[in-house]
Amino acid sequence: MSETVNGFPTYETAWCPGCGDFAILAALKETLDGLGLAPHDVLVVGGIGQAAKTPQYIGANAFCGLHGRSLPPAVAAKLVNPKLTVIVDTGDGDSYGEGGNHFLHNIRRNVDITHFVHDNQIYGLTKGQASPTTAEGQVTAVQTHGSANQPMNPLLVALSLGCGFVARAYCADRPMLTRIMTAAIRHRGYALVDILQPCVSFNKVNTFPWYGQRVYPLEETHDATDREAAYRRASEWGDRIPLGIFYDVAKPTYPDHLALLRDGPPLVDVPPDPDALRARMESFL
Amino acid sequence: MERPDRLAILIGGSAGQGMDSLTAVLEKHLQRIGYWTFTTRDYMSRVRGGHNFNQTLFGTSPLHSPSKGSDAVIALDAATVELHLGDLAPDGLLLVDAAVALPLSAAGDARVHRLPLKETATASGSPKTEGTVALGALLASLGLPLEGLAPILAGHFPPEIAEKNVSALQAGAALAPVHRDAPCCVDPKGRILVNGNEAVALGALAAGCRFYSAYPMTPSTSIMNALAGWMDSGRILVEQAEDEIAAINMAVGASYAGVRAMTGTSGGGFCLMVEALGLAGMLEVPLVVADIQRPGPVTGFPTRTEQGDLRFVVSASHGEFPRLVVSLRSPADAFRQTVRAFDLADRFRIPVILLGDQFLADTTVTVPPFDVDGIVVDRHFGTPDETGGFRTYALTEDGISPRRVPGTPGVRVCVDSDEHDEYGRITESAEDRVAMTRKRMRKEEGLAAFLEEPEFLGDPDYDILLLCWGSTREPVVDALARLARQKDAPRGPDAPAPRYAALAFGDVWPLPQKELLSRFAQAKSLVDVEQNATGQFAALVRETTGLVCDRKLLKYDGRPLSGEWIAERLEGGDE
Repeated sequence: MSETVNGFPTYETAWCPGCGDFAILAALKETLDGLGLAPHDVLVVGGIGQAAKTPQYIGANAFCGLHGRSLPPAVAAKLVNPKLTVIVDTGDGDSYGEGGNHFLHNIRRNVDITHFVHDNQIYGLTKGQASPTTAEGQVTAVQTHGSANQPMNPLLVALSLGCGFVARAYCADRPMLTRIMTAAIRHRGYALVDILQPCVSFNKVNTFPWYGQRVYPLEETHDATDREAAYRRASEWGDRIPLGIFYDVAKPTYPDHLALLRDGPPLVDVPPDPDALRARMESFL
Repeated sequence: MERPDRLAILIGGSAGQGMDSLTAVLEKHLQRIGYWTFTTRDYMSRVRGGHNFNQTLFGTSPLHSPSKGSDAVIALDAATVELHLGDLAPDGLLLVDAAVALPLSAAGDARVHRLPLKETATASGSPKTEGTVALGALLASLGLPLEGLAPILAGHFPPEIAEKNVSALQAGAALAPVHRDAPCCVDPKGRILVNGNEAVALGALAAGCRFYSAYPMTPSTSIMNALAGWMDSGRILVEQAEDEIAAINMAVGASYAGVRAMTGTSGGGFCLMVEALGLAGMLEVPLVVADIQRPGPVTGFPTRTEQGDLRFVVSASHGEFPRLVVSLRSPADAFRQTVRAFDLADRFRIPVILLGDQFLADTTVTVPPFDVDGIVVDRHFGTPDETGGFRTYALTEDGISPRRVPGTPGVRVCVDSDEHDEYGRITESAEDRVAMTRKRMRKEEGLAAFLEEPEFLGDPDYDILLLCWGSTREPVVDALARLARQKDAPRGPDAPAPRYAALAFGDVWPLPQKELLSRFAQAKSLVDVEQNATGQFAALVRETTGLVCDRKLLKYDGRPLSGEWIAERLEGGDE
């Protein structure tokens, strides 16, 4: 068995021809190879949705759980088995809609995992309903009079909660996507990368040309340690959409607060301790 | 006069008056000087005010259920006098502060002793030690020693406050208004004082559980509290999740990643967990879930007891997958069953649900220390037969596929909530679906060999057989003892006293049937005893065996069952 991620074949996919998911999958494989990770070192977690099938298509460990619930098992797996490089790779509905509460609180928890969100601003697998990032007024199969809800800006949400790594990429810019993915995985703590991606089947608004005319890279002079600057730039959305790493600062992670995780062996390697148990029992005498 | 074999002390007041500390000190003291103790807690869902009370039974033999009446009452407010004087024994005593305005019902009652509790407490250093003054007076009235209380107080309070309490205790002893005999002391050594939730937590520790995630919900929270206190010494990570959905999904993730993992909640939280319960079933990831029941639906009685979740948990989550549901009968049983739950979850790669309730969770009892020496932690990973790739869901004869921990070189552990093939890859093939469904359900056949038959209690020459499950076992033990004594009471020749026995079920799903079917033949009558309004266990028995209970004793007022309550109804006819 090959010891590279690409060594595990993608046997088939359930994605539409031309879908941005292919580019994201290819970038992810390239990133993991570039980081020199072996397949058994990596755990890719997804929920439910078209993007959430990504863990199935990459030759690493894979956990495809429930819709919206990709973050909780991912952080728990990382906490007990920290040798794993844990990547959540799933969609905007999964991450920001059904999983919204976990999104909020896992930014606060700051476990060392990486969250790649395929953000196509639509629900693909269920054939074209509004997602949390769908534009106000956009007509869909369900939002027949145009979406009445304001779209969520996930980058601003993450920044407001103190997320240590906030980035946006675009699936059609592979070199930048790979560069951002690499930096996100290297970041110690929870890292969010919102990846813009057309849905060629169900989003007739946010198409390749739509994104192509709007996206541009953040200037090299952007200071990724300046949270206010990050807010300002992340607020830009419309005729021009900046891509890049908005914010990147080191912060204490969850295990830094707990001697059990900080100083001890990985929990997965801890054997039973009958003496500790006996001592605990005696405390009830 | 003969010394009593047991006494009941009730301490009542409003939330925030320190009754829990006072009770904890009292029961620890009684346990350490050699009594068997049994303490129930009746509290309201509030932080201050209202009426709460704790009842501590102590005696010369093991105790199983609360008593309706009390022999002594410490009343920290007028409401306690009003509500509990009626159930005070004829020779009982009630201690209350002299400044409390007594209800009319207490006027002229010689059992009521108005003592300068607050005044004495203030003189001892703090008016907040009023209860401790009363405790000193009570212990002295019962001729019980005060020695040994100082270290117990030191374990509950900061040094300065503990010291004031010791003074208050001694000053209180000087106020003892009467003398009553306490039960004789027995062997003072080697027993522990523990409640049901602590026993579950100890069981998790004994099983080598390394991860517990939960969202606070009464009456399950004390499992999380206990384990959180043992994080470093017990090497267990306790994480308060953002909601119950996260809690169970985290536990599934931790288990997938290689450790024993558990979550706990009460019925409302369990409602939120059911989709992920199915996830554990589909992914075949071992999982232990404790549902510590309280009366529902929804918020119900947050701090009270019921066995209303049975039918729900045996079928919770859509679709079909094997599971084991074990009800907890006593703290010792809770410890042992929690250890067993982890073992069977690993052995069969299934979710195991532990069903407790508020009565078991909050009731502290004196018991022999749990046996920890015989516990073997076997993860049952199995031996993979691999020629390439890793078949997470290898189709085996017994349906149990060998497991691997992700991170193992050369192995890809792929799990998917979609129907999958042997490698964990998504499939929509009809053949795969049938093969995987059969593989999962085949595990039930193996599980049958590990089911525990119910415990038989009572007279082998019974003609009435009671059926009970979970924590109802303990009051039934008391009821059977009472009924056995009454059997010897003189009756008319035409009315021979019935003889009673009981089957106390621990495993409730799959329902073990052998013992039930063989014992049933002898019974003239089958009586269901449980704490819900519809007789859920009786329905489960009927569904699986066709046996119909002739009578149901159902209690659903949120208050614990007692042996008295059961025996009275069995002897007295319809309730």
